Amino acid sequence: METPIDRRSFLASAATTAGIVLLKTAMGQTIQAAGHPLSAAKDQVLHDPTHTPGPPPSAIGTRSRFETIKLAPSDTSSRTPLQSLYGIITPSDLHFQRHHGGVPTIDPTKYELLIHGMVDRPTVFTLRDLKRYPALSRICFLECSGNYRGNKPELTPQDICGLTSQAEWTGILLSNLFREVGVQPKATWFLAEGGDAAVMTRSIPIHKGWDDAMIAYGQNGEALRPEQGYPARLLLPGWEGNTNVKWIRRIQVTDKPFMTREETSKYTYALKDGKYSQFNFFMDARSIITFPTYPLQIDKGWVEIRGLAWSGRGRIDRVDISTDAGRSWHPANLNGPVLDKAHTRFTYLWNWDGNETEILSRAVDDTGYIQPTLAEITALRGADLGYHLNPITAWYIQRDGQVFFKPPATKKS
Amino acid sequence: MRYRKAAYRRAPISRLTLLIAGLLGCVFCLAWNVLHDRRQHEQPPDRFGFGRPATQHEIDSEAIAIAPDGLGLPPGQGDSAIGAPVYKLKCAVCHGATGREGPFQKLVGDTGKTKTIGNYWPYATTVFDYIRRAMPLNAPGTLSADEVYGLTAYLLSANRIISPKTVLDARTLPSVEMPAKNYFIAHDSIWKPQ
Ligand code: HEC
Repeated sequence: METPIDRRSFLASAATTAGIVLLKTAMGQTIQAAGHPLSAAKDQVLHDPTHTPGPPPSAIGTRSRFETIKLAPSDTSSRTPLQSLYGIITPSDLHFQRHHGGVPTIDPTKYELLIHGMVDRPTVFTLRDLKRYPALSRICFLECSGNYRGNKPELTPQDICGLTSQAEWTGILLSNLFREVGVQPKATWFLAEGGDAAVMTRSIPIHKGWDDAMIAYGQNGEALRPEQGYPARLLLPGWEGNTNVKWIRRIQVTDKPFMTREETSKYTYALKDGKYSQFNFFMDARSIITFPTYPLQIDKGWVEIRGLAWSGRGRIDRVDISTDAGRSWHPANLNGPVLDKAHTRFTYLWNWDGNETEILSRAVDDTGYIQPTLAEITALRGADLGYHLNPITAWYIQRDGQVFFKPPATKKS
Repeated sequence: MRYRKAAYRRAPISRLTLLIAGLLGCVFCLAWNVLHDRRQHEQPPDRFGFGRPATQHEIDSEAIAIAPDGLGLPPGQGDSAIGAPVYKLKCAVCHGATGREGPFQKLVGDTGKTKTIGNYWPYATTVFDYIRRAMPLNAPGTLSADEVYGLTAYLLSANRIISPKTVLDARTLPSVEMPAKNYFIAHDSIWKPQ
């Protein structure tokens, strides 16, 4: 009776006759152990899992206790661990976060969206109303326009540009609601307002609303996460993260922008001639190598360089890789799907000879736009850098295989 | 043996019959599908009729945004004298005794690289709008209209944009000219396709 096979067949037959009770008893130890991740993890390593039945089916799946992947939160934002992700979808709980008044708790049964202003029929929509319109899903990235850091070598992709993430968003086209309320022909802008403590507002050109703007209520197959605007948010594919107003509660249709604080004091940047650039909606093409990167140490020989590329203006057309500090460039593989306004995965096989070098990636989108260097950006804009920085990122590899981020030069050499 | 032979000889006939039957079936299916499709997927209507009409009361109580021309400004008024004590009580802890010290956003100052209301904000209406909707950070939406007019006047005069005596209301606030107004240009992107 104590040989593994005997015990297993006993359990199987017992489970069919005595059912859940006996099974639970048999699992008692495992279930208890689950409360102490460390000891449980140790148990699982020590005991051959083929000799001990695991926990029964559960109401909610969990990440393996060996996976410690996390966002990197600061006072104002949380950054996605780009270097630890596979494929192109960001798990919902690892989607980057940027809030201006914290994360509100909104009861979906009390949620309402008011649309008024230059419309024929000011209307209030409940969540139930919104869900009755034809639903659609699309995969696209969302990126904060303040998504850049580059001041020291000890930076991971998460530190440098972890304020970009991608999900499959489900919801309705805003144009459905525009037709419903009868947006007047003279309207040129609309104000989107969130229901958080910042009551965050942005003015959006009306054409985006007629084009591909969505009111999204789904994220990766389930309801939005609260941090992403539960129960409903505005989604403007390809446009700077801040305009994708979360917890959207009101849309006011107008014929001029409101000049809100987030489109004047913030999300604007200095140009060279003493002017400030405002309404910088598009997120321009960008790429970053996510492997190999700091703090990894690699071995001589074959290395598959991996990364992500995206553009708010269309599809990624090409990603170029340099393994000789930018002297020569070679096209990487685009591992499909290559979607419109979406993170696209690229790979490049490289046989590292063990000499110190720098590896870089450069995205080109289907408008022909080429990802610039920081020196090219400063040459155009001046040195007072603010939002919308998408420079080429270089990784420096030492002889011992240790990888570091290479802070870019701001001036052309 | 005989059975198999007979079956083999009859095969061409049954194949033809099958083909005709199959074709007929296809035509029928296609026709049915087209009709069926029409019934299932109608052209979407211009309006679905979902949602309910908003009342004027709802609109008035929710539409708090202020436009540069003053649209949305509530009745009430305030000057620096009304704003100063409110600032000291509810704002100074985060923005500093004179608005220059922090620890959070500096609100006063027109020199150096720090972007403030004094040197970077293009519209005075935005000051009112933002304070009313988002400040104080720990209790947003709790200030009266007079308090917000007063705080706006206090911050604008601290930034030397208006005199300490100016009374702000729905009529005077939109006419305040901000130093940074003409520096802002709407930009699609300075990076054009190459
Ligand atoms: C608990 C701290 C706190 C208090 C109290 C507070 N603020 Fe703020 N304030 C902040 C923070 C933090 C920000 C930046 C918020 C952001 O960027 O989303 C800010 C931003 C601002 C801004 C925008 C600054 C800019 O340049 O964009 C103004 C104006 C402002 N506060 C006014 C006030 C006024 C007026 C009061 C008092 C009624 C007040 N604040 C009370 C923390 C505070």
